[in-house]
Order: sequence, then structure tokens, then C-alpha cells
Amino acid sequence: MKILVPISNVPDTTTKIAFTNGDTEFNTSGVQFIINPYDEWYALVRALELKEAGKAEKVTLIHVGLADSDATIRKGFALGADDGVRVDAEGPDAYFVAEQIAAYAKANGYDLIMTGKETINYNGSSVGAMIAGFMDLPLVSLATKFDVEGNKATVEHDVDGGTQVVECELPLVISCAKGMAEQRIPNMKGIMGARTKPLTVIAATGSDKLTNIKSYTLSAGRTTCKMIDENNMDELVNLLHTEAKVI
Amino acid sequence: MVLVYTEINKGKVKKASLEAINYGAKIAELTGSSVTAIAINADATQLEEIGKAGAKKILSVKNDALSTLDSMLISAAVEQAAKAEGAKVIVFSFDITGKAAAPRLSARLKAGLVAGAVDYPTVNGASLEVKKNVFSGKATAVYSINSDVKIISLLPNSFPVKLGDNAATIVDFAVDLSAVNSKIVVKEKKSTDVGGMTPLPEAELVVSAGRGLKGPENWAMVEELAKELKATTACSRPVADMHWRPHHEHVGQTGVAIRPNLYIAIGISGAIQHLAGVNGSKTIVVINSDKEAPFFKSADYGVVGDAFTIIPKLVEAVKKFKANQN
Repeated sequence: MKILVPISNVPDTTTKIAFTNGDTEFNTSGVQFIINPYDEWYALVRALELKEAGKAEKVTLIHVGLADSDATIRKGFALGADDGVRVDAEGPDAYFVAEQIAAYAKANGYDLIMTGKETINYNGSSVGAMIAGFMDLPLVSLATKFDVEGNKATVEHDVDGGTQVVECELPLVISCAKGMAEQRIPNMKGIMGARTKPLTVIAATGSDKLTNIKSYTLSAGRTTCKMIDENNMDELVNLLHTEAKVI
Repeated sequence: MVLVYTEINKGKVKKASLEAINYGAKIAELTGSSVTAIAINADATQLEEIGKAGAKKILSVKNDALSTLDSMLISAAVEQAAKAEGAKVIVFSFDITGKAAAPRLSARLKAGLVAGAVDYPTVNGASLEVKKNVFSGKATAVYSINSDVKIISLLPNSFPVKLGDNAATIVDFAVDLSAVNSKIVVKEKKSTDVGGMTPLPEAELVVSAGRGLKGPENWAMVEELAKELKATTACSRPVADMHWRPHHEHVGQTGVAIRPNLYIAIGISGAIQHLAGVNGSKTIVVINSDKEAPFFKSADYGVVGDAFTIIPKLVEAVKKFKANQN
């Protein structure tokens, strides 16, 4: 089984967000970039576990982005991915990114494509489902447990009001959520090996621009927290009713 | 024409679907078109409610295969409805089905998608401009959708549901799923027991507690407060990880992201990962014994003190308030 893990290059969770160029671009200055946590902790780590269990021969990373993301891809190598592909383009949206990944996956034959449930920068939860759409493959979203025997995958995933266990023949796309695997720290051997693992750069196909971002606005943070005395819960309830109007 | 995907859950039209119909009706008004809903295996009462939410026409689909909500099948049904109706805008809720079916449809129809819209679009020539949250709620972005067919999924609880006296024209709509090659077989369903509470993603009021509660045996008072408020209970990540509370209650970046009208956080310090999942809440109340807890910086109302004495007082205050309302 060959596994393809698409990874996104995102600002670290604790980043103070700022915009530039008239609030039309994200200001990357001084920002620490990481592998999107859901892609790394859940999709990639589970893929590596499957390889360690002898169920997958190879785990390949794919990323759509410019050369400044190479360091992030190599972090995935340090964790244990075998090789990587970077589609050399900056996409305007999830559609463009998914189109690139699907084109590569179609041409190179993968049995399983594992994405994170969403990215922490654009929060669209879209790329996995779009890849499945482009490739006409089934999708199991919000997977929390995954295993495979031969050609048959068993997946537990979140549904409205509970969870459900499904079986599906490969090939398959899954989006991964909490429960799939535990976060790993790369070891020294992994870090040393990461530098020499093959990272292939390919050109983008198509140039669809179905959507584009016109402007960004920082969310107005809460400026004042009204403190209420712990012995005056009547006041709190009253404020929730008359001021906040939420009860 | 605006097409809205709607869903039935536990015998009722999902609140998120009613919101989506209201939203679709507004887009129809803005673009001078009309709004049609697609309803899967809905009964007469449910169809009537979809009409009350503003759908002028309902395509009523009866098909058992769709009851699994497999996104491949749902997306195919919506695609056929969109083509039959000549839909230019397709609206989903940004819920579990919408997150899986809308992007697939986007890929299939080459239709630009904004996933998780928080406001009504504005019309700019042939484009629609839609706002959504980005950077886990730290910012919003305005997207322009430039394609001929446009898809928008609406973040639940962005607008209150409005029901009127509109009666929709109901039309039976047959979908052909023979070309859909879904190999997903449902083996087992495990329903999460929420004891009659509204599921977290749809809840308007949420009472959440963290490590400050010191142990699972202390949750009775949290549950009592939730019950008095008709709220849904939630918890922080460490509490779920220590198995004090079930995982489905975990709100935050790695758990469920919620945006209720009221979020009461008890004994939760307010780590950035927790905030990322709750900062869309309209009003946040933080109760914490540590006056330096970072969560106070993101709260509207704060109470410093011992949760074990404050919660019972708050329960009494809520009871008194409810008695006065009657």
C-alpha cells in the first residue's frame, strides 16, 4: 500500500496574526511555520504507524507551495516520511491545491490519501473532500480510528450525534481528526536522515482562480472583561439577560 | 436560482439547515432569484418547516441509499438537483455533511467554494463576496467567488432562525445514483448519549469545565447548571484526555469548534488552543480561582473565586431568574 499525505504549511498556533499590503496579504515576517497540526499529528503519524506495522510500503508527502515551505516538508521527513513532492505554486484557494494533489495522485497511483480535518489558517475543511471529488473516490471524513487488512479499510469516524464504523475498499481518501494517533517528536536519526530524503519539485497544472481573498480583518478581541463579585451571581444572570441578551 | 441542501436529524429538520434556508432566501433576494431546497427523505411536517424557513420550492427526494449521508451520494443528489434547476448558487451548512459534500461538489462542478461563511454575501458584478473566519477565528477574510456556479457553506449559529408563514411548492425529485461508485458500507453506529441536550455544534448555550473541577465526581454541579440553563455541557482537552468526560464534549482547536450565544467556562485557564475553538462565542463568561488566568482577557464577564462555591450560587441565581420570568 502506498500512502500519500498532503501537508499544509501554516503559522504556528501561537502566532500573532498581522496583515500587510493594505490588509490584502498575510504578513509572514517573523512568523514560525509548521506542518498543519492535523496533517502531522493525525494523518502523517497514523500513516507512519501503518508503515511500521508492515501495512504500507511507502509514505509520501505532497505540498503545494513555494520553496520557502521546503523546511516544513523536511520536518515531515524527520518524523519518518519516505519522500516528498512539492508542487511549485502558490494556490489561491483549496480548489487549486486539491486539483494539484489529485493530478499527482492520479498519475502516480496511491491506495490511501490521508489529510488533516482542516488547516489552522484557512479552516475550510475542504482539500480532502475536493481530492476525493477530483478522483471520484470515496471519502471518510473526521476519521478517529483507521486500520486496513489487505484491500479493505475499517474506519471509525464522527457523524452527527455520534460515531460510526464503516468499511471501504481502497483506494480511499480520509480526513483525520483527534484519536487517529498521538503527536510524535522526531528523533536524532530522523532529523539527520531528513536532509537526504528525496524531495521532488514539480510544476503546477491548470491555473483556476475560482475564488480569491480581497481583504483580511483582524477579529476585534474582547477589550474589557466585566468582573462580577463571586457573591453576586444575581448580577451576572441579570447582565446575561439585559446586557448580553443571551438568556 | 439558489439551491439549499437540507438535512433531517432525529426526526427534525436540522437547525443548521433552517439557517441555511434563511441564508439562501437572503441570497435569492440579493440576486433577484428564487430559492429551492432539496430535502432527503423528509415527511410532510418536515417539508412544511422547510417551507416556513423560506424555501419557495422543495425538491423532495425519497431514496434509502441517501440515509447514510455518504458525501459521495449526497453530493451526486445535489449535483443532479442543481443541474435540473439551473442553480447558480448552492448553499450548505458548514456541518459534518456540508464539510464533506460541498467541497466534492465544488470539484465536480468547477464551482468556487467559500467554506464557513459568517455573513451574507455582497453582490459585486458577477461575483459574490463572502466573509469567513480564518486563522482559527483570529481574523476574517472576504473572499470573492468568481466562478459561474458558486457554493457557500454557512457556519452554524451565525444567524438566528426565522420561520414565517411561507408554504413551499413541493415537487418529488428522483435522483439516479447508479453511476456513483461509493464503496462505503456502514457496519456500526454508536450514538452519543447527550441526555436530551442539543448537540454541541448546534448549542446556543454551553457550560464548560476544566481541570479546575479537580475530578469527574464533581461534574454534577456543572450538569445542574447546564440543566437549569437548558445548555449543553462541554469540557477542555485535559479533562477529555484524562477521561473525566467523554471525548465528544471536548471543545477547542483539536476537539469541536463551537460558537454558541453563551459560553460559560469554569476552571479553564484559556490556552490559545482552547480559545481557537470557542472564541466565536457571542458572550463568554469565565469563572476561575486564578485572577491571572489568561481566559479573562478573552471574556466578557469574569468571576474570580472557588468554582465549588460559585456554581451553586449561580444555579440559585438562574433558578430565581427563571421564577421571575414566569
